[in-house]
Amino acid sequence: MELISPTDFAKETVQAVQDYSQLAGQAISNLFRPPRYLADTMQQADLIGFGSLPIVVLTGLSIGAELALNSANTLQRFGSLSLIGQLVSVGMVRELGPIITGLMVAGRNASGMASELGSMIVTEQIDAMRALGTDPLKKLVTPRVVATVFMLFFLTIISDLLGLFGGAVISTFMFGMDWHQYWSTSYQILVFQDVLMGLVKPLLFGFIIATVGCYYGMTAKGGTQGVGRATTQAVVASSVMILVTDLLVTKLLMSVFAYQ
Amino acid sequence: MAAPPTAIEERLPSPQDSASGVIVFDNVSIAFDERPVLQGISFRLAKGETKAIFGVAGSGKSTILKLALGLLKPDSGHIYVLGNDVTQMREEELFDLRRKIGMVFQESALFDSLTVRENVAFRLLEEGNVSEEEVERPVRESLSFVELENTMDLFPSELSGGMRRRVAIARAIITHPEILLYDSPTGGLDPVTSTTIIQLIVKQRDVYKTSSLMVTHRLQDAFIMASHYFDPKTNQMQSLPPGAHAEVPMGFLILRDCKIIFDGDVHELAHTRDEYIREYIS
Repeated sequence: MELISPTDFAKETVQAVQDYSQLAGQAISNLFRPPRYLADTMQQADLIGFGSLPIVVLTGLSIGAELALNSANTLQRFGSLSLIGQLVSVGMVRELGPIITGLMVAGRNASGMASELGSMIVTEQIDAMRALGTDPLKKLVTPRVVATVFMLFFLTIISDLLGLFGGAVISTFMFGMDWHQYWSTSYQILVFQDVLMGLVKPLLFGFIIATVGCYYGMTAKGGTQGVGRATTQAVVASSVMILVTDLLVTKLLMSVFAYQ
Repeated sequence: MAAPPTAIEERLPSPQDSASGVIVFDNVSIAFDERPVLQGISFRLAKGETKAIFGVAGSGKSTILKLALGLLKPDSGHIYVLGNDVTQMREEELFDLRRKIGMVFQESALFDSLTVRENVAFRLLEEGNVSEEEVERPVRESLSFVELENTMDLFPSELSGGMRRRVAIARAIITHPEILLYDSPTGGLDPVTSTTIIQLIVKQRDVYKTSSLMVTHRLQDAFIMASHYFDPKTNQMQSLPPGAHAEVPMGFLILRDCKIIFDGDVHELAHTRDEYIREYIS
């Protein structure tokens, strides 16, 4: 493996941050400049949203069920099993729903975007697009960003609901809790701030997934090996950015809403 | 042997065109990773002229095409395309200029998720506000020019290398651009398919009088272009009479060690005293 000097590493890192920021900024500014690729956006929304539905359904269900299963044992010791609905509800809506959905969609779609755009780069298709007078950022990046932000929002809502459903099944059939009591306590514990926190996060995560995936794709170098490397880096970087952003956003919103 | 059509004389560049040039490189230099690729190169492509660019692998031939299209920015110097200094233009402004230029990439660079029809129609569809019929006619015309009308609904992966190259030509010419850039259009193809591609390029030069730059490794292709004209009556390429090479607007450019070592016509090339060039063309 070739060693790189600290100065070169620092320069490359700053350059990468600059390039990423530029791409992310242009993806947003392109929303306000024609042409707008509505058909491409719809196609991406179908691929990203509908295509991710099976994994979001499965992970949402199992996370909710596991949360209920693990919490129930502890709550039973204190005779507080009735709180299980509240615990699953707050946990899923505020934290686990957005983050698990974000990580799943990142694994599936950031990699897909990086490999697709990376392949287009190494086969000169992006250059051909530019040569034909089309801006690849407008045609390829902005539709993916819009579609991911939009669809992740709804996928997260689906994941939250299925997590609650998974928790309900475990609580009712394994711990004998009343079905109606579970749902009413789950609903009553939620306040506006919880829901807002749970719905702001997917918007940010969607933006991260699409821009990181597209950035690594558009900067892929070195043939098929480079495309493979870009794909891996896109998944790792978007997952890490999601986790760090989640921590920062949670802390920020908690401060804003004065959570105890 | 049939004489060349009189149209060839008409299409010879006028002195004014030659002076201005549709593409002008003025002292252009570029380096990649601190390795110089082109150093202070200057040349001009006259209106209606086709210039073949030669040089060993890695000598910067394809870089010249990408610079002319504004896909790369030079480190220094100026590049004028149709009177516009592309080195000073923003990417947004370049998109308008690129609509007047067609490019055929080395590996065709067809969009693999689109059909042949969608690939060829790409530029028209991107310009928007066109009906299905308005697109269909030029797509058919373009594909019939390269004799591939029956491949409209196929995907690029279903075509042979030569067919892909021909579809790339059809995509480049659909809007009748003022300039065409060919990057190794016959690279890796068998002699028969290569001749078909060269015939199409000669047809584009002689029938539509399009100015073009052509990067190639194959000297014989450029010599065929310099010694033949396209006869629209027979729809075939025909040999020029002996000594009539100046009748076709064909130039040669040879690169060596990041610089241009030859810029002239086939007659000058054949009589050069430069040892390297003599060895190169022998």
